[in-house]
Amino acid sequence: MDATSQDDVFLEPDQIAVRRARNRKFLRAASPYIVIIGSFLLWELGVWLLRIESFVLPAPSQIFVAGWEWRGPILEAAWQTFLTTFIGFLLAIVVGVIAGTAIGASPVLYDAFYPALIGFNSVPKVAVVPILVIWFGIGSVPAIITAFLISFFPILVNVATGIATVEPELRDVLRALGAKQHQILTKVGLPRSMPYFFASLKIAISVAFIGSIVAETVAADAGIGHFMLVASSRFQVPLAFAALVVTGVMGILMYAIAVMIERRMTGWAMRGTDTGIIAGG
Amino acid sequence: MAAGFVELDKVALRYGGGPEGTIALRNTSLSVQQGEFVAVVGPSGCGKSTLMKVITGLWPASAGSVSVDGQKVTKPLSIVGMAFQNPSLLPWRSTLSNIMLPLEIAQPHASKLRRENAEYLAKARKMLELVGLQAFEAKYPWQLSGGMQQRASLCRALIHDPSLLMLDEPFGALDMFTREELWLALQELWLASKPTVILVTHDLREAVFLADRVLVMSDRPGRIIANHAVDLPRPRTLEMTFEPKAIGLIQELRDQISVARKTSH
Repeated sequence: MDATSQDDVFLEPDQIAVRRARNRKFLRAASPYIVIIGSFLLWELGVWLLRIESFVLPAPSQIFVAGWEWRGPILEAAWQTFLTTFIGFLLAIVVGVIAGTAIGASPVLYDAFYPALIGFNSVPKVAVVPILVIWFGIGSVPAIITAFLISFFPILVNVATGIATVEPELRDVLRALGAKQHQILTKVGLPRSMPYFFASLKIAISVAFIGSIVAETVAADAGIGHFMLVASSRFQVPLAFAALVVTGVMGILMYAIAVMIERRMTGWAMRGTDTGIIAGG
Repeated sequence: MAAGFVELDKVALRYGGGPEGTIALRNTSLSVQQGEFVAVVGPSGCGKSTLMKVITGLWPASAGSVSVDGQKVTKPLSIVGMAFQNPSLLPWRSTLSNIMLPLEIAQPHASKLRRENAEYLAKARKMLELVGLQAFEAKYPWQLSGGMQQRASLCRALIHDPSLLMLDEPFGALDMFTREELWLALQELWLASKPTVILVTHDLREAVFLADRVLVMSDRPGRIIANHAVDLPRPRTLEMTFEPKAIGLIQELRDQISVARKTSH
């Protein structure tokens, strides 16, 4: 036997393993799309086979046709909802970070406000919308406020937790250097709360989106929630579903943006893994 | 004996109030000279860590008096370097930036740091070199081994030339060989600037290798029950800890601690 054939013997299983690994990787990357497209196909098939009327459950093809036909108004409504969500979300970031910092840095404030905040958070925000309508009337203001109310809490809690859980040893090290409270906060508390903060943004943007759509279906004259309400009241069921699909896509997009920002800002907390586990520090 | 750099006179410390309060220290007196390296050993839970907090003013003493450098300690001191068993480096900072942290806080360095940044950087790099971390200055803490993190933690404790260095079981979580390496590193750091050091430890060989004097604490409530001078030349070598003189001292310390444990259990 010569050297080349021996090499072949050793190379071949290796190459197969590489190819297998590559296939597996491709399959994993493609799996979300396979699931989504597959479920749409099943849905389509089920509707045609069981002869379900389109005003009960429209087939995906009907939904896409209706959505394409009404693409202008749908996009307009989606843009409106996006703005409401985003404004509410920005307000939530400002309030959440400021209040979270204060509560996290001061045990007194923590004890004083935490129970009240828990109570406030347990109130379903849908129940607040009618009151907001009484105060602000029909329009985008109740939707913005609902988005804000529902999304500031996770931000606040996460920022407060990050700051309140600074290791006591580290606190001692800094205090023994003559550090003032605000120095401990800026050098350690705030940086270490960043992974918590960015993790909370993912949750906050999702619930803000839900909040504004809920408010729109009750008390708005624009937005995707309002659009769905109008479509279903006219029995344009495929159109209502089309709007629903658009909200799903928007939800995924906003979440993806939040994840991207998180990765960029707090790579040190991920420690080279893909899992996105929050590191305690 | 002249008044020491660190003086404790009949100090007591009690947590919480009323009959449930725990007494951690009672009638604790000690004196440490400027530039002296003192180790404190004792049974676990005897209040060694409490002693550290009281000396640095992080916790006020319930009775007695604490003074450092001739001043009564009434609030946290602002000149102390500290290192603990947990290196507690900041994960978002590189090694170099981590050990520069005290310079951003402690005076007079904080106000000079911007102007004399180059000098301070050079100093930080020199310290890293002293402990063998010069190649790791840009690495993040989680990229370092436990021993390396602890070296960086020691550098951070000493970068601002503290007159007092408090070490609370800094090598407790490391394996034996890494621990010995770090003893040598710490000895070198100490010889370079000769700060006053108080080291709390469970490891008697460590105490004997590093310290000029070893104090033994009783079980809780803790007080100092014995005081041994370590008569070994500097710089010390690891081999010295296996010589009869050192072994005799280690055995004596061991006996005293086990007696201290028995009397209370």
